[in-house]
Amino acid sequence: MNITAPTIEYLQLAPLLIVFGAAILGVLVEAFAPRYLRRAMHIPLTLLSLAGAFALVIVQTIKGVPTEPSAMGAVAVDGPTLFIWGIILVLAFVTLLLINDEDHFVPAASAVPGSAEEERALIEGNVHTEVYPLALFAIGGMLLFPASNDLLIMFVALEVMSLPLYLLCGLARRRRLLSQESAMKYFLLGAFSSAFFLYGTALLYGFAGSVDLAKIDTALGAVGGQDALLYTGAALLGVGLLFKIGAAPFQAWKPDVYQGAPTPVTALMASGTLVAAFGALLRVFWIALGNLDWDWSPIMWAVAILTMVVGAILAITQTDIKRMLAYSSIAHAGFLLVGVVAIGDAKQNSIALSSILFYLAVYGITSVGAFAVVTMVRDAGGEAWHLSRWAGLGKRSPKLAGVFAFFLLAFAGIPLTSGFFGKYAVFQAAIAGGALPLVVVGVVSSAIAAFFYVRVIVLMFFSDPAPDGPTVVLPSWGTAGVVGFAALATVVLGVFPQPVLDLAQSAAGSLFVR
Amino acid sequence: MPWLSILMGVSVLGALGVAFVKDDRLAKQATLAVSLVVLALTVVMTVQFSPNGDRFQFVETYDWIPAFGVHYGVAVDGVALVLILLSAVLVPIVVLASWHDAEAGKRSVRTYFSLLLVLEAMMIGVFAATDIFLFYVFFEAMLIPMYFMIGSYGGAQRSYAAVKFLLYSLFGGLLMLVAVIALYVIAGKGTFMFPELIGAIKDPTTQKWLFLGFFIAFAIKAPLWPFHTWLPDAAAQAPAGAAVLLVGVLDKVGTYGMLRFCLELFPEASKWATPVVIALSVIGIVYGAIVAIGQTDIKRLIAYTSISHFGFIAMGVFAMTSNGASGATLYMVNHGFSTGALFLIAGFLIYRRGSHFIEDYGGVQKVAPVLAGAFLVAGLSGLSLPGLNSFVSEFMVLLGTYERYAVPAVIAATGVVLAALYILWMYQRTMNGPTAESVRSMPDLNIRERWVVAPLLVLIIVLGLFPKPLLDVINPSVKETLTNVSVTHPAPAVAKEGQ
Repeated sequence: MNITAPTIEYLQLAPLLIVFGAAILGVLVEAFAPRYLRRAMHIPLTLLSLAGAFALVIVQTIKGVPTEPSAMGAVAVDGPTLFIWGIILVLAFVTLLLINDEDHFVPAASAVPGSAEEERALIEGNVHTEVYPLALFAIGGMLLFPASNDLLIMFVALEVMSLPLYLLCGLARRRRLLSQESAMKYFLLGAFSSAFFLYGTALLYGFAGSVDLAKIDTALGAVGGQDALLYTGAALLGVGLLFKIGAAPFQAWKPDVYQGAPTPVTALMASGTLVAAFGALLRVFWIALGNLDWDWSPIMWAVAILTMVVGAILAITQTDIKRMLAYSSIAHAGFLLVGVVAIGDAKQNSIALSSILFYLAVYGITSVGAFAVVTMVRDAGGEAWHLSRWAGLGKRSPKLAGVFAFFLLAFAGIPLTSGFFGKYAVFQAAIAGGALPLVVVGVVSSAIAAFFYVRVIVLMFFSDPAPDGPTVVLPSWGTAGVVGFAALATVVLGVFPQPVLDLAQSAAGSLFVR
Repeated sequence: MPWLSILMGVSVLGALGVAFVKDDRLAKQATLAVSLVVLALTVVMTVQFSPNGDRFQFVETYDWIPAFGVHYGVAVDGVALVLILLSAVLVPIVVLASWHDAEAGKRSVRTYFSLLLVLEAMMIGVFAATDIFLFYVFFEAMLIPMYFMIGSYGGAQRSYAAVKFLLYSLFGGLLMLVAVIALYVIAGKGTFMFPELIGAIKDPTTQKWLFLGFFIAFAIKAPLWPFHTWLPDAAAQAPAGAAVLLVGVLDKVGTYGMLRFCLELFPEASKWATPVVIALSVIGIVYGAIVAIGQTDIKRLIAYTSISHFGFIAMGVFAMTSNGASGATLYMVNHGFSTGALFLIAGFLIYRRGSHFIEDYGGVQKVAPVLAGAFLVAGLSGLSLPGLNSFVSEFMVLLGTYERYAVPAVIAATGVVLAALYILWMYQRTMNGPTAESVRSMPDLNIRERWVVAPLLVLIIVLGLFPKPLLDVINPSVKETLTNVSVTHPAPAVAKEGQ
């Protein structure tokens, strides 16, 4: 029996390999380096690997985008993938600066909250340096997830992305029970959704005889009489993916997890995971099920409407700043879904795709910035999570409150912020794609959503500060850098979005390779 | 000379500079200086405008976001020019009037004045934009400085009023956004430039939907009955200076938008909607006036009179006669001056006594004759006394409406009578009669306040006697607008059916 060696395009996959390689090195550092050296080794390793991967993405974009899937058709490094990789790597880099900041993570995760062991670990000043390799594995998974060209690779990527995140969620230094609860919830629900995804994959394999996205698409026209397998499979797959982006009715995990997780990890999930999951969602629905759009489109309409409305309305009732941002993230996932259904001919598809890519970039950056601000507003017991504690922040530290207000206005989509152009791009694509009613719902939800963003601004600026209000910690250079970068990007892209729009357009121009 | 960009640039740079000035007094002086420079430049620009030249002058067009077909396109026609002039005149007056406003709440003084200059840049931008997308950007973005001015520096109910103002306007704006996008997509011209989009939408049904998207946003902004409920709250809670800009200029964006965008982009739909709009306007005129009579709060009373006045303006716009439209445009300017004066003098009054309520005053005329006299002139302008500025415009609007719609014009004319009632009755209760104990030691207007009031009173009287220079600028542009409205549909519907 002859086995031909598989061809692997190492250069094309280099960004992935670097990140995974660095993650494995990080594990080795954990195993062999003495405790006091670990952090000093992790920081350059992690940041340099991300920067290196980003540089390689740029090199590849300049050199020309491959027109064939790599690694025997398992991974597709095409225009959209490279753009998504670029976004994820930038977002990951800045969130790592946040993770890098001290005292977000528990000193000893295994110690029972409030126990003597925990006390001892605190005094000894232990740190879980495992967070660096864990984060790198998660980021590697995020890179692979939207690039996978077959469902099995996609499943593997999903797990590589999710498992470290489950762990990271449980590592918050304060409010530890809430953190552990969030990790548990995320793990259980995430495991369910993975099972859905896998079952859907199996059924689609049963239908098409292949897990390759393009082959499933071909089979749609060729195979008859297997409708039950096809529809059930597609539905299950959809559930798995929609869970990851937090679309209603699969959004219940998001507020709990975002609230409990250490805030830098929340930032990573709100930006990187969302971007990766949308990439994967697009690939599955536009390639594998691209010719089935008559069937999934109405459902996606319903999901988009439900997600926008649920996100916007439930956010109003929140009193925890992180839960509120979680619901806001749900609403934004809904706005992005409006772009997913805006399909038509190739030109329309590329308009819709580029609008989604642009939206993901601007939303991700603003999100990270907003969570970075959240980490800086502290009470005696850690972050000042209750919204009422934010009252009068505008008087106490006008700059920080001003920046946060600006991020909120960007979420609300006020012109002269990047968020406005994101929303505009998606809505324009949707109207051109004939989804006008969806845009009207989107606009009404935006108006509802504006209410709770504005409410926080009212609290910060128009209310009097509480006498024992929270303090704003002097930011480390990392956190200050993240907030500054996010604010700058939100302003600049709010006034001159053209360069990034160009990038998104050229990335989307060739659509996904098959 | 790129006049319009210079105007906006000076304001924005001034705002940035003021934001970083440490000394409050210096910040105020700098703001005043910047706003006076802008006024001077605007006057120079106005002089160079040739009324009978091209419709759009001082044209600047650059690509801004080619991916969306968006330009940085600014230019003015006569209508836009007079409104920019109105803004440029009001801002320095408001700066001077607000000298002590920001200190009352112990809030940052320089932020207030910086916001004022940002707002000025946006007011100029919104009237100058010839790119519809750019117009929309200014239309929405200018809410934010006003929101902070009301919310941070306003009265007791300020945050409620600020949020109500923002959400109403934002909701209207978002509906307009849908229409803006749809206009771009359906017209299929790949550009947002207004001149190229005139007549681009032919299908009547499409026109109607897009018209509604724009019109509702403008009707909320203006505001027309029944979209008006945010205005009394916002105007009453805003500091007097912000209230002047809110009612005097920001709300004009609504009526300006109706004239410029609703009529010219969707002529067919505008004609279709005219009966409803005229009806709403007439209701607004009478309703605003009657409710104003019943107000106990001075600022709320003035706000309701404005709702009545906006009814006149909208009626003039939709009468689609040259008298009506020119009169409405002139009305926008006059109303800015007369209501501005009313708000500012009321603000001085309230600042002295610390009460919004009419019943807390009485006999002010005896202790503060200058204040009372100025209030009377501004009030008489508000009720359109012949010889004062508002009379000309109100007369033109009524005449222009009567040419087409006699009955509504007659009903609207009762608004004039009601106006006499609400203004004079308020004057009588606050200024005449026995001097109330609490106002006995009230000082008269000081030098600064006289400087605030004097230019407005001069304008009220001068424009009442010589409205011609303004009308000379307005008329040609209005004519072009009305030509565009009927040019796309030369044949009246009756003639078509006859064929």
